Amino acid sequence: MNHRGLLKPFNNLWPLVLFWIGTWQARADRIGEMVDISLKDQFIRFASLEDPALRFALAGGVILGILCGMMGTFLVVRKLSLVGDTISHAVLPGVAAGFLWNMEKDPLAILIGATLAGLMGMVLVSQLTRHTRLKEDTALGMILAGFFGVGICLMGMIQRLPTGNKSGMDKFLFGQAAALGWQEIQIMALVGLIALSMIYLFYKELLVSSFDVSFARSIRIPVDWIHHGFMLLLAFAIVISLEAVGVVLVSAMLIIPAATAFLLSDRMHWMLLWACMVGVMAGVGGIFFSFLGQKLPTGPFMVLSAAVLFALALFFAPRHGMLARWWLRRSRTLRIQRENALKAVFHIMEKEAFTKEGVTVIALARSKGQTLKTTEMTCRELERAGLATLSHEEKALYLTPDGMRRAQTIVRNHRLWERYLTDAVNYAPDHVHDDAEEIEHILGEDTVRMLERQLNFVDRDPHGKPIPTIQDIASSGQTQASKGQGMSGYRNPS
Amino acid sequence: MSSERKPSDSIPLEIHDLTVAYQSKPVLYGIDVAIPPGKLIGIIGPNGAGKSTLIKSIMGLIPIEAGWIRLFGEPGKRHLKRVAYVPQKESVDWDFPVNVLDVVMMGRYGRLGLFRRPKAHDREVAWACLEKVHMTPYADRQIANLSGGQQQRVFLARALAQECDLYLMDEPFAGVDATTEASIIELLHALRADGKTILVVHHDLPTARNYFDMLMLLNMRLIDFGPTETIFTYEKLQKTYGGRLTILSEVADAVRQNHEP
Repeated sequence: MNHRGLLKPFNNLWPLVLFWIGTWQARADRIGEMVDISLKDQFIRFASLEDPALRFALAGGVILGILCGMMGTFLVVRKLSLVGDTISHAVLPGVAAGFLWNMEKDPLAILIGATLAGLMGMVLVSQLTRHTRLKEDTALGMILAGFFGVGICLMGMIQRLPTGNKSGMDKFLFGQAAALGWQEIQIMALVGLIALSMIYLFYKELLVSSFDVSFARSIRIPVDWIHHGFMLLLAFAIVISLEAVGVVLVSAMLIIPAATAFLLSDRMHWMLLWACMVGVMAGVGGIFFSFLGQKLPTGPFMVLSAAVLFALALFFAPRHGMLARWWLRRSRTLRIQRENALKAVFHIMEKEAFTKEGVTVIALARSKGQTLKTTEMTCRELERAGLATLSHEEKALYLTPDGMRRAQTIVRNHRLWERYLTDAVNYAPDHVHDDAEEIEHILGEDTVRMLERQLNFVDRDPHGKPIPTIQDIASSGQTQASKGQGMSGYRNPS
Repeated sequence: MSSERKPSDSIPLEIHDLTVAYQSKPVLYGIDVAIPPGKLIGIIGPNGAGKSTLIKSIMGLIPIEAGWIRLFGEPGKRHLKRVAYVPQKESVDWDFPVNVLDVVMMGRYGRLGLFRRPKAHDREVAWACLEKVHMTPYADRQIANLSGGQQQRVFLARALAQECDLYLMDEPFAGVDATTEASIIELLHALRADGKTILVVHHDLPTARNYFDMLMLLNMRLIDFGPTETIFTYEKLQKTYGGRLTILSEVADAVRQNHEP
């Protein structure tokens, strides 16, 4: 019922979708033809850098990547990502106003207009937050949409104006790096250099005020000035990136490279470096694809390139990536499985008062309640890990000294924890087993020493079974010498 | 004149008629107190008593409605550099991309001034401070990969690196393990032995009696201030905690322990 209700609006769209699918083949053909003709030529043209417009575009892409990467890093760690988004949309009316100033695409006028509009948006946000009940996210959302709406109206008006040189004005929405000229590159380089040197000079102030504002204030760092300076720099960075990425997507170029870098690094300067590299790769990638597709808008391709890099980092990042985490979880699960198998072997041997050297695989399967096949696999796994050896016909399993040590350690952890829960935490003896099943794999040696001390080196668990001591475990390493000398009735299998 | 300034210079912190308000709702009223040097002082009071507010206003982090604060005998922020502040652990994002040594190094930033980078000497100091809180094995760790107690010790090491004369700590014992608690106490005693003055916001009554030389009882007003023996009495604690039942039983417990030995 509910599903039907939800899907209702889409009912009207079905014919459209069908039409689209039906014409897919024809459309694909057309795109294929178009690309076929020019793809190779375009690639050669791109690689040879003959086209001066392309050279400007690439220079712009590199500067933009570095600038957005740097500013984005601080934006992300200062938790201002939404602020970046808002400024980037709020600049649009300023762009239009810059054009209307003298009715041509004058980079300087547009730079000033856009910066002013962005800053005005920010001031409005802070005033709204301070003087009304509205919270910051609401104010940000309102200013973003409001300014952007005004900007779109103005841009629409400009397109309809009978006079003025409007060429390139339509590129501000989605960006066109190929539209960058020498003058724009100069301004970009200048702003880039200023940002770079500011971040270099005020690096430690930016770092400490991003990490811990109240501490930064307490050591007399001019936190507010640093913040305002940063926001001004951010506004400049956004404005000079506009022509290449476009108003709509510039915030993505700020945030995605920084987010990628955040997954790849644990220290600020590495994060900055990574963010710049990802930014440059995304910038150049966007220009490349836009060029291949014959002047498609650059912005979406830059963001797409950045998103691909982010996805790669998300999966393959060495420490924070999903693959690394999955691997960690898996190896932990495997270790716990191995340890549980060792424990089962130990229990069987203990039941037989350590009279036998090993256990039969069948006995192990019975005690674990598993099929013979699964148990055999577990045994082979133990053999691979060097914790046990299998007999020739795979009928019996013998623990190596190493395996014996591990087994004793696990059993000790388990019984010690049970003892701790009953003695120190007043658990009932029949409540403690499940808890110890988990803890036994986690307890570190330091904690174990502490527990032993606190429990006065107790030698029995709450169910009366002996707890292996550190001497027992250590002597399992030697083979013949310590035979029969176990402290708590444990002897080594020899 | 100078002869008058000398003795007052030995008073690290003097507060006169201090009133602090959040959005015109007063949190602290007319606090008058002079802190003697070289003492370990606990600030005790119920939730919302203004304990954190008091040390934040001393640090100049929140505006003062009325009254004045003198640091080392002088008004204004001249001697703020001689005061180290340890914020509550929860006030920062521990996923921030810095390692333990980076954070401790931030304690040196206040002394460096603009445009200066940490030198070899600063690194030595930071390392020594890390040693004092037994955290050198963790110097390279990203700060999210630490236990709560270790994070607290990182903050303490940062404060030590500031090499100050007055320390203001906001709940350093909150939610820490026994090892950290012992190491913090050891550290506070070492600081006191060096003649430093330490103010600690503390919420656990039973331990307060053992930890501190002097206690400041606070509940929006200064209830009392003096040596622990004279302050830690049933009447004064009851006055501070205002007869609230749950806390009253805690107070009773603490007082009972006081009379046992």
